[in-house]
Amino acid sequence: MKVQIEEMRLDGNAIGGLLREIFTVEMTSAVGTCASCGAVNEVGRVQVYSHAAGTVVRCPGCEQVLMKIVRGGGRCWVDMTGVRCLEFVLD
Amino acid sequence: MLSWQFGTLAEIVQETPRVASLYLDVPDWQGHMAGQHVDVRLTADDGYRAERSYSIASAPADRRLALTVERLDDGEVSPYLVGELRIGDRLELRGPIGGYFVWPGDDQRPLLLIGGGSGVVPLMSMLRHRAGIGSTVAARLLFSSRSQADIIYRDELTRLGSAGDGLTVFHTVTREKPAGWTGYTRRIDEAMLKEVAWPKQDSPAVFICGPTSFVEAAASLLVAMGYEAPMIKTERFGATGG
Repeated sequence: MKVQIEEMRLDGNAIGGLLREIFTVEMTSAVGTCASCGAVNEVGRVQVYSHAAGTVVRCPGCEQVLMKIVRGGGRCWVDMTGVRCLEFVLD
Repeated sequence: MLSWQFGTLAEIVQETPRVASLYLDVPDWQGHMAGQHVDVRLTADDGYRAERSYSIASAPADRRLALTVERLDDGEVSPYLVGELRIGDRLELRGPIGGYFVWPGDDQRPLLLIGGGSGVVPLMSMLRHRAGIGSTVAARLLFSSRSQADIIYRDELTRLGSAGDGLTVFHTVTREKPAGWTGYTRRIDEAMLKEVAWPKQDSPAVFICGPTSFVEAAASLLVAMGYEAPMIKTERFGATGG
């Protein structure tokens, strides 16, 4: 099972469209700081698992959860507990 | 704001038995950068929707937007795109998406592109862009395919690689050893990368795209060779796509 889940791992590029819906600007080149280990990474570099009901984003350094995103019924829930800071360019 | 829009299929080019390029006319297309992708959305009669991302294969200056799609028989979207979609049909998409896995064209660093299977698609957009703008930035493509018959863009890559403008194309095939083949016949390994990759002192820009295990193996090999992680940009397709 572990091998299968690892093979399903995507990266932040895969949620470029979803994040742009939420933040309205290009986000794969945004830079996030992990609240757990302090690693600073571009969103394109983070780990993404989107095979479950929602999308789980993990730190490529310590694998702690950075963000959880669930959408449905015309609503969206964004849990960003794991992100200390997110820096992005405004349009 | 990113909106869904419709493109009209103008041309289909069968690249390999399982892979086709879809050339779309997209009114009011805002243009793109080499390496970006689009989200494609299919809506069934009952309202059920399936959404997938596909890399853009065309160069920014090309007249039409090209997507190159691998048909996965158990997929939800790709068997429709490759096999059912006909010239004149409309396809719903939004984009361009992405700003991380892009090559802007004015980057003067040597370019190292590593692609596995249909992971070559965004790299092809970069190579088409490079040729189109007359860039002579030194570039190397290492392209891993299952067999000779599975090599996407094979003739065009041969042309681009023999143009004498600083691009070298390296092929490896992993599931056959064809007679008369001059490329590699194994999975990417350290010995291969030592022959193909620029020395890290040359500070190359590296783009790796393909299935997750392929991308992570290639990136790990480069890091073990001393490449620093920020030099390497990766894009993972996952196990299947669809």
